[in-house]
Amino acid sequence: MTVIQQQGQKGPVSHAIRLERINKSFGAVHANADVDLEVEAGEIHAIVGENGAGKSTLMSILYGFYSADSGRIYVADSEVQISDSKTAISLGIGMVHQHFMLVENFTVLENIVLGAEGSWSLSESLRSARKRLQEISDTYGLSVDLDTLTSELPVGLQQRVEILKALYRGARILILDEPTGVLTPQEVDQLFAILRTLREQGVSVLLITHKLQEVIAISDRVSVMRGGRMVDTVYTAQTNREELAELMVGRKVLLRVDKEPAKPAETLLSVNNITWRDDSGVPRLDDVSFELKAGEIVGIAGVSGNGQTELLRVLSGMLDIQQGSIEIDGIRVSQENQLTPKAVRHLGVGHVAEDRHRDGMVGAFEAQETAIMGFQDEPEFNSSGLLNQTAINRHCIELMQQFDVRPVAPTLKSAGFSGGNQQKLVIAREMAPKPKILLVGQPTRGVDIGAIEFIHQQIVALRDAGSAVLVVSVELEEILSLCDRILVMSEGRIVGDVAASETDARALGLMMSISRSGEQQEATE
Amino acid sequence: MSKRAKLPVWADVALIPLINVTLAFLAAGVVVALIGENPLAAVEVLIRGAFGYDEGVGYTLYYTTNFIFTGLAVAVAFHAGLFNIGGEGQAYIGGLGVGLVCLALDHLLPWWLLLPVAISAGMLFGAAWAFIPGYLQAYRGSHIVITTIMFNFIASALMVYLLVNVLIKPGQMAPETRDIADSASLPLMHELFAQFGIKITQTPLNLSIFVALLASFLVWVLIWRTRWGYAIRMIGHNESAAVYSGINPKKMVVVAMAISGSLAGLVAINEVMGAQGRIVLDFVAGSGFTGIAVALMGRNHPVGIILASLLFGALFQGGAELAFEFSSITRDLVVVIQGLVILFCGALAYMMRAPLERLFGLLTKSGETN
Repeated sequence: MTVIQQQGQKGPVSHAIRLERINKSFGAVHANADVDLEVEAGEIHAIVGENGAGKSTLMSILYGFYSADSGRIYVADSEVQISDSKTAISLGIGMVHQHFMLVENFTVLENIVLGAEGSWSLSESLRSARKRLQEISDTYGLSVDLDTLTSELPVGLQQRVEILKALYRGARILILDEPTGVLTPQEVDQLFAILRTLREQGVSVLLITHKLQEVIAISDRVSVMRGGRMVDTVYTAQTNREELAELMVGRKVLLRVDKEPAKPAETLLSVNNITWRDDSGVPRLDDVSFELKAGEIVGIAGVSGNGQTELLRVLSGMLDIQQGSIEIDGIRVSQENQLTPKAVRHLGVGHVAEDRHRDGMVGAFEAQETAIMGFQDEPEFNSSGLLNQTAINRHCIELMQQFDVRPVAPTLKSAGFSGGNQQKLVIAREMAPKPKILLVGQPTRGVDIGAIEFIHQQIVALRDAGSAVLVVSVELEEILSLCDRILVMSEGRIVGDVAASETDARALGLMMSISRSGEQQEATE
Repeated sequence: MSKRAKLPVWADVALIPLINVTLAFLAAGVVVALIGENPLAAVEVLIRGAFGYDEGVGYTLYYTTNFIFTGLAVAVAFHAGLFNIGGEGQAYIGGLGVGLVCLALDHLLPWWLLLPVAISAGMLFGAAWAFIPGYLQAYRGSHIVITTIMFNFIASALMVYLLVNVLIKPGQMAPETRDIADSASLPLMHELFAQFGIKITQTPLNLSIFVALLASFLVWVLIWRTRWGYAIRMIGHNESAAVYSGINPKKMVVVAMAISGSLAGLVAINEVMGAQGRIVLDFVAGSGFTGIAVALMGRNHPVGIILASLLFGALFQGGAELAFEFSSITRDLVVVIQGLVILFCGALAYMMRAPLERLFGLLTKSGETN
C-alpha cells in the first residue's frame, strides 16, 4: 500500500524492474496469479514465501527460464520480452543460483569468463577479463584470487565467484536464490556486506529466501507471496518477523517452541573419547565425549563442517568407529564391536539424516518405498520372500496421516513432494517406531514455517514420552528454542556445554569460533 | 510461447519409442533409396521376411529369445547403476556350463530332467563370469565397463582354446563339441507342435522362449517386489541413502552383477541346449551387445524388453531376407539398418522427448484457453 502512495507523490518513477500482472500455470497449478512487483534501482528487495508460493517461478520468468502465460515485464521502464537467459543477461539481469553453476576444475578466472569469452583467442579474453575484473572488484570490494581452482574455495567464496560472474556480464539487477542456505554465520555477514556495497553502487538486489531474520537484517523492502499471489509489499523498517510469518502462512505462527522444562532421567547414549579421521588423516572428530539422557533434547551448535556430520554418521553406524567407544542403551560399540546402521536401528535409534536428498530419501522412489527405508528387512513388510505391498502401503498412509504429509499419495514419487512434506515423511518414518534415541540432523532444512512448528512439536512430544533426542542444526535460533542443553562443536571438538536457558546466540557464536590454536575453552564465561 | 509439459505415461512408454522406430526406418529408407532400391519394397520384404510366414516367425522368435535374456541381464545391472557390457562373454561362458552338463548327462537324463540342471549350470557359469568384474568394481574400484569388455575377450579366447584343444569332437576339423543326444536337447518348436498334430516348418525356435518369458516375469518380481530388488534400485539411485538404510552397496554391486551374468548365461539354453545342440564357436553372435540396445529401448522394464527384443528379432530375421532378395542390399547394409535402429532407439532415445514435451505443452495450453 505504502509503495503506491510513494509512487503517487514522486510522479513518474523510474524502476529497475516492473512486473505487471504476471500469470503462469503448470497444468492445473496456478504458480503465479496476477503478480505485480516493482524493484527500484539500488534497493535490496526480499521476496519471501513458503515453498510452492511461486517465488522461484517468478524469478525464473524474470531470468528467462520460463515465459509467462500473460503479463508484462519492464526493465528500466521499457517493456521487454525475456525469452531466454541470454536476453536476461543482455538486459542486465544476473542470477546466483542456490546450487552454484561452477566448473570445479576451472580457475576462478576461467569460470567467470566461461561463456562470455568475447574473443576467439582464449589467452586474449583471459587477459582483458582479468583487467575488467580488477576494476569490478575495486568498485564493489569483492576480492577473490582469480587463479585459484574453484574446487579449492570455501562455499562462501564460490558464491562470491558467482556474483562476480553476474557483474562481469554487466548485471545491474542481481537475483539471489536462497543465498545463505549453505553459508556459515560469518560468511553470511560477509555476503551482506557485499550486498550493501552493491546497493550503494546502484545495483538492485532481489533476495529470495525463507529466513525471516535475514530479511529483517538486510532488506529495504519485502514482498510476500502466498499461493502464487503477491500478498503484500512492505518496508522492512515498518514490519517484524511475526507479521511477515503471518503474511506468509496466512495465520498466526508460533515462532517459539512451547515446551515444559526437561526432566532428564537415565543416560541412554554415552559417547566416550571418539576420534574419527578422514582419508587424508584430518581428525573430523577429536576426542568427543558427552552423554544424552532420556527426556532431554540436546543440541549440537556449530558452523557446518565442524564435525557434526561425522558425529551423526558415527553414532548411526554409517561410519566405522576408529577410536573411542559409544554406549547405546547399555550396549558398547567400539572398534572391535562395530555395528551396522541396521543393528543400530535395532537398538532403538532413529536417525533423521542431515541431508535428506543425499541420505534420507530416494527421489525416484515412490513415497511408500521411501517410507520403509532402513526397515525394508523387517518382518512386518515382508511375507514369504516378497515385499508385502499392502502392509507397506498401509504403513505409508498411516505415517502420512499422523504427520500431516500432503498429498496422502503413497505411490507418488518422493521427489514430487514439497521439501516440508518430504522432511515430514522422513521424520515420521524415524519417529514411528518410538525410538529410545533420536538423532536429528537439520530438522527443518528447507521446510516451510508452518511445518517447522509441527516438526518441533513432534520432537518435543517424543522427548516428553521419555526418549533422548540429539539435534544438529546450523540454525542457532532453532537450537536455542528447541533444545534443553547445547553442546558447541568447533573443529571436531566439543568446546562448550551449556543449558539453553542460560545462553544466547551471541555467546554460542563466540564459542563456535574457538579455534584449536586459541585453546580458550571457557572464554565466554 | 512453446512451453514444456510433463508427458503422460502412455506417450513416454509407447509414443516415443514408436516415433523413434519410425525415424529409424525413414533414415534407413533414405539409405536404401540412395543405393537405388525402392525403400517401400524393401520394408515390405523386411516385414514379410520377419512375420509373413511360419518359418520367418520362427526365426524371429528364436532371435527374440536371445535378446530377452541379454536385455534382462543389462537391465538388472542398470537398475544398480552398473553398465554391464559383458553380456557377450557371460553368455559364452554360460554356454560352457550348459554344454558341460549336457555332454556329461545327456545319456542319463531326458531333456525335461536335464533342463533345470542345465539352467542352473548356465546361470552359475554366467554369474561367475560377471562376479569377477563385479567384485573388482565394488572392492577395487576397477570400472565395470572396462573390465566387462576385457572379460568378453578373455571369454572368447578361453572358449577358442577349449573348443580347439579340449572339447572338440575327435576326428573333425570344426572346433565344435559332439552333438548332445537328441533325447537330451531341448525340443524344437516344430517337434512340439507335431505332438498336437500341427505341422509347422522347422526352425531353431525351441522351448527356451518360454524360459525367457518366465525369466522376464521373475526379473519383474525381483526388481519391484523383493528386498534385493529394493536394494539394487536403491544403490542405483543413491548409494549414500543405501548406506543409511543399512544396505551394503559393495555387496549389492556384486549381487547385481552376478544376477545379471546369470541371465546372460541363459542364452546358452537357447543356443547350446536348443538350436545348435552342441557348443560351437561364437554361438552368442553379438546378442550380448544387442541386449544393451534392447534394455535401453525397453527402459529396463521386462515388458519393454520383450517388445524391444521382438523388434530386434524381426530386424535380424527380416534383414537376412532383405540381403537375400535384393542383390544390391548386402549383408553389410542390413547391419547399417540395424545400426540405425539402435542409434535412434538407443543412443538418441531422448531426442524426441523435448519437442514432444513442447507439443504437449501447446496442446494442453490451447485446451485450457478454449
